[in-house]
Amino acid sequence: MNAIRGKTSFKTAHLLQACPYLTATRSLSTSVQLHAQVQTKSKKTLAKPGVKNIVLVEGVRTPFLLSGTTYADLMPHDLARAALQGLLHKTSLPKDAVDYIIYGTVIQEVKTSNVAREASLGAGFSDKIPSHTVTMACISSNVAMTTGVGLITAGQCDTIVAGGVEFMSDVPIRHSRKMRKTMLALNRAKTLGQRLSLIGSIRMAHLTPELPAVAEFSTAETMGHSADRLAAAFGVTRLEQDEFALRSHTLAKQAQDAGLLSDVISFKVPGRDTVAKDNGIRPSSMEQLAKLKPAFIKPHGTVTAANSSFLTDGASAVLIMSEEKALAMGYKPKAYLRDFVFVSQDPKDQLLLGPAYGTPKVLARAGLTMDDIDVFEFHEAFAGQIMANLKALDSDWFAQTYMGRKVKVGAPAMEKFNLWGGSLSLGHPFGATGCRLVTTVAHRLLKEGGQYGLVAACAAGGQGHAMVIEAYPQ
Amino acid sequence: MSLSSTLNGSYLTPRLRINKVLPYFTSHTETHVSPKIDSSRTHVNYEVKEDVAVIRMNDPTSKVNTLSVQMQNEMIEVFNEVLANDAVQSAVLISSKPGCFIAGADINMIQACNTSEEVTKLSQEGQKMFARIENSPKPIVAAINGPCLGGGLEFAIACQYRVATKSKKTVLGTPEVMLGLLPGAGGTQRLPKMVGIPGAFDMMLTGRNIRADKAKKMGLVHQLVDPLGPGLKSPEERTIEYLEEVAIQCAKGIVNKKISLTKEKGMMQKVQDYVMGIEFVRQQIYKTVTAKVMKMSKGLYPAPLKIIESVKAGLEQGPDSGYLAEAQNFGKLAMTSESNALIGLYHGQVACKKNRFGVPERPVKNLAILGAGLMGAGIAQVTVDKGIHTVLKDTTVEGLSRGQQQVYKGLNDKTKKKTITSFERDFTLASLTGQLDYSGFEKADMVIEAVFEDLNIKHRVIKEVEAVIPPHCIFATNTSALPIKDIAAASIRPEKVIGMHYFSPVDKMQLLEIITTDKTSKDTTASAVAVGLKQGKVIIVVGDGPGFYTTRCLAPMLAEAVRLLQEGVDPKKLDALTTGFGFPVGAATLADEVGIDVAAHVAEDLGKAFGSRFGGGNVEVLKTMVEKGFKGRKSGKGCYVYTPGLKSKDVNPDIEDVLGKYKLTPNPLVSSDSDVQYRLVSRFVNEAVMCLQEGILNGPVEGDIGAVFGLGFPPCLGGPFRFVDTFGANKLVEKMKRYEEVYGNHFTPCQLLLDHAKDSSKRFHK
Repeated sequence: MNAIRGKTSFKTAHLLQACPYLTATRSLSTSVQLHAQVQTKSKKTLAKPGVKNIVLVEGVRTPFLLSGTTYADLMPHDLARAALQGLLHKTSLPKDAVDYIIYGTVIQEVKTSNVAREASLGAGFSDKIPSHTVTMACISSNVAMTTGVGLITAGQCDTIVAGGVEFMSDVPIRHSRKMRKTMLALNRAKTLGQRLSLIGSIRMAHLTPELPAVAEFSTAETMGHSADRLAAAFGVTRLEQDEFALRSHTLAKQAQDAGLLSDVISFKVPGRDTVAKDNGIRPSSMEQLAKLKPAFIKPHGTVTAANSSFLTDGASAVLIMSEEKALAMGYKPKAYLRDFVFVSQDPKDQLLLGPAYGTPKVLARAGLTMDDIDVFEFHEAFAGQIMANLKALDSDWFAQTYMGRKVKVGAPAMEKFNLWGGSLSLGHPFGATGCRLVTTVAHRLLKEGGQYGLVAACAAGGQGHAMVIEAYPQ
Repeated sequence: MSLSSTLNGSYLTPRLRINKVLPYFTSHTETHVSPKIDSSRTHVNYEVKEDVAVIRMNDPTSKVNTLSVQMQNEMIEVFNEVLANDAVQSAVLISSKPGCFIAGADINMIQACNTSEEVTKLSQEGQKMFARIENSPKPIVAAINGPCLGGGLEFAIACQYRVATKSKKTVLGTPEVMLGLLPGAGGTQRLPKMVGIPGAFDMMLTGRNIRADKAKKMGLVHQLVDPLGPGLKSPEERTIEYLEEVAIQCAKGIVNKKISLTKEKGMMQKVQDYVMGIEFVRQQIYKTVTAKVMKMSKGLYPAPLKIIESVKAGLEQGPDSGYLAEAQNFGKLAMTSESNALIGLYHGQVACKKNRFGVPERPVKNLAILGAGLMGAGIAQVTVDKGIHTVLKDTTVEGLSRGQQQVYKGLNDKTKKKTITSFERDFTLASLTGQLDYSGFEKADMVIEAVFEDLNIKHRVIKEVEAVIPPHCIFATNTSALPIKDIAAASIRPEKVIGMHYFSPVDKMQLLEIITTDKTSKDTTASAVAVGLKQGKVIIVVGDGPGFYTTRCLAPMLAEAVRLLQEGVDPKKLDALTTGFGFPVGAATLADEVGIDVAAHVAEDLGKAFGSRFGGGNVEVLKTMVEKGFKGRKSGKGCYVYTPGLKSKDVNPDIEDVLGKYKLTPNPLVSSDSDVQYRLVSRFVNEAVMCLQEGILNGPVEGDIGAVFGLGFPPCLGGPFRFVDTFGANKLVEKMKRYEEVYGNHFTPCQLLLDHAKDSSKRFHK
């Protein structure tokens, strides 16, 4: 969660210069197929008898911006509103056609603790549509989507808007507990004497503010520190991490330039310019990356500002419907949302291994193997975390010792993996990333012609999520 | 280069693995792997990675590494090779054992010596070896994971650089003082320079363990490495590999001057150095520290004074005198009876941390404790954090909340001291259930009752409990004096009944006395010992009888104490004489701590059981005190008056009346200070020996451990049995006979003691 912002400004290096490094390590493939031609495959469908088909009709997001930039003066629900209005605009959905709105968020603005409700009202949705907010660290919007899936499956709803929002340009900073206690007592004080004596009890120390926790509550360890230890545990080198980070930025830049990031809507920020692009994509060079000092474990750590995701502002939204309803309303769905799992494990030593645990489990549920998957979209919290997860997936020993499996499922093929960039380069607004991953899978399946996609993400608390997505027959 | 042709088969796999995970370190410079595996060496070996020699220690015969003769010889051999090897620029010293760097020197090596000169020579050899390490032209990095103690620490601080893991198992320290010795391989000379004079004294005089993060702050280690979780190998294996990788980087960094060995001194450090440079200040420090040591040790322990002396010699007269003083003092200390006693206790403690009854048939996973009083809650506190689900049952909400608060406070204090996090505290407390009824007892594997010391209540409880517990469940009773067989009389399955005598405060006192009756099954005993060991206790297993072992030894000594009070010895004087003998708590204070009512109860019960031999002081003294409400510390008044919040205590002025009523005239022949001390101690010791004679005790080792860890028998004497061996049974018997003439059978030596007095070759400890 405590992704960090790159301190160094990376000069946009020549893309060709960066490419040789991608070929350096065995695990990172060179054959990046950006323009794979649309193929037709005839794999079985994952539809299950007696279970409703649930489809993703559309997915949008605001541009993801480094926090403290153009969105700096907004409030979280403003970003969520922008995403919701973008979705309405793109789908021409009647404002009263939605049954329920669910949003995910992590750091809550205390004034809008149910940000889903404030955003939906502000976006002009009918006030008859109930909305609630969910939280599960970096997989909050994944929970928002799967909650919607649950409501449709249970027959309660047909049309759901799910989304996520995170606004790191402003976070709630509180008075200290002692100060709060005094202030609350002051509220109850009846006489002037009582008030004066309470005011007199205030000391300098009371004025120290309390920042939102950057450390895991249960272990008191910051996420970057844990990521560094995880990378070390799996023997992930600094070089591998920097290479992966460079790959992410390079691919994101290519995708942005090629206009592939079609989920991004343009947003006229009040009092500022219109933003239409993510602003954290900065392909650099290996030399530049190598110059950075470790950010968490000093002096021998490997996680740096440049191979970590940065603090981001952004919001996303998706329209999820039962297939029959979507068709009845004349929509052309983009993808089916199929099996999904949530997993959790030791928050200390396996904090960020959610994808390694979730992937085999969801594949087993869906009856698929790694080879069946055409598109992978994994959340990139840290390059080291991604590499560690890939190594865990590729290890028989890990599968046997920690997952109770006989054999590994294997690592995803890199030529199918996060081809349009990832959280490292596009940005990672905690609560909003899940919807971005799902929408990207749907768009990539359409573009690349694959049939199955897999989303996987880790989250604070040692939790994780994975979901299988099936292309909607075109 | 063909790796496989140069590699010894058995080392093939690990080395290839290491190289595979280290592409970052090997990709820049040319890899130069020249394995130097000498198969004739069993404890120390090394391999060269690029230009760094990785020296690995592993004692194949033990769970821990010690600086044994073998280890030292091989280390010197390897060190010579490393120095001579031109391909090597620097070295890393690391243990192959995941949980231990070096636990210390080999005690047996010292014990094998017969004269102080031999020990001095051992010390000088150690000094010489570490001097060579210190002056090595090739920098050596000590990579520390697990205990780095005693000689291990001295080795590490002779190295040029230290990297340690932040693991809870990694502790650094100089525990020699606890064995009546001093750090004899340069420790007294190097530590003051490294951590400052006050810090060095603190380490060496207390012998306490220092965790890695503290060690970093003190300047004892240069860099910390985080322990790793699971990766492609087990956490332990990978952590030590990671430590090695970081240490290699450091070694290279020192060689290519990226890491400086002269640390930039902070302002505080500069000020401290300046102040310590003033001779007057140093003299004041020696004086203060010596005074403090004398106050705490009553001059009964020579080691702390010799440590101060050795440090002083080095700082005031230069290194030559310092090292010489250290070696000579080390030799002297090794020959003292105090050191012998403390080492005996160390071995005894190790022995009493083993389960000689084997592995129980089923582990205790659910434990229920009856009674949330001081004892019950204390037992709960030492159990919950061991992964055992614990039920704490009381009969009233008030009693239960008090007990729950005690457990919470115990854990919260650890949180405040930062030994555990608040999350760990909460997680631990989740294993504790407080309740007023017997619900869930059908799942209990063991019930420990800690209800009021009354046979009828205990009988009622055992019947109630046996109606609800499963057949395999063990019923343990925490009593300090009631015979277990009497309690078991109410049981329908006496083979499952056992005594578990905890000492108060349970979380501080290390001893657990387990009492078996002739009906207790071996598996029940094994299970009770297993639980005790999990609770971190040092355990003695004794036979059943009134007062078992510990209470039975204490009772005659307290009876004598009461007689002394009646004879007009002031409680403060009585305390001074007992602490002056080496007891950590004076006899009068001890009575107050135990509780005058409990003491009266025990004195009466044991008096009935053992007859006039347990006489001496008049039980009525205690009874009258109880009547007047002088129950000891818990009631605020006993021999002393206790004011909450006040540490000092005054003698209770009202006990004058009580004592006056029962006044005895002292006999000047047996009332000198020394006689007073021996009157107290001889009755204790005689009773202990009698327990061995009667088979209550399994052996003298458990007798010594029980007396020292449960009752505070002077550790410098090593326990009653070691005391008899050292002092001489004949001398003790001689004294007792003199007292016997005055007081009668209270001082009649038992047969076993007489046997030892008659034949001086008979000894309790070999």
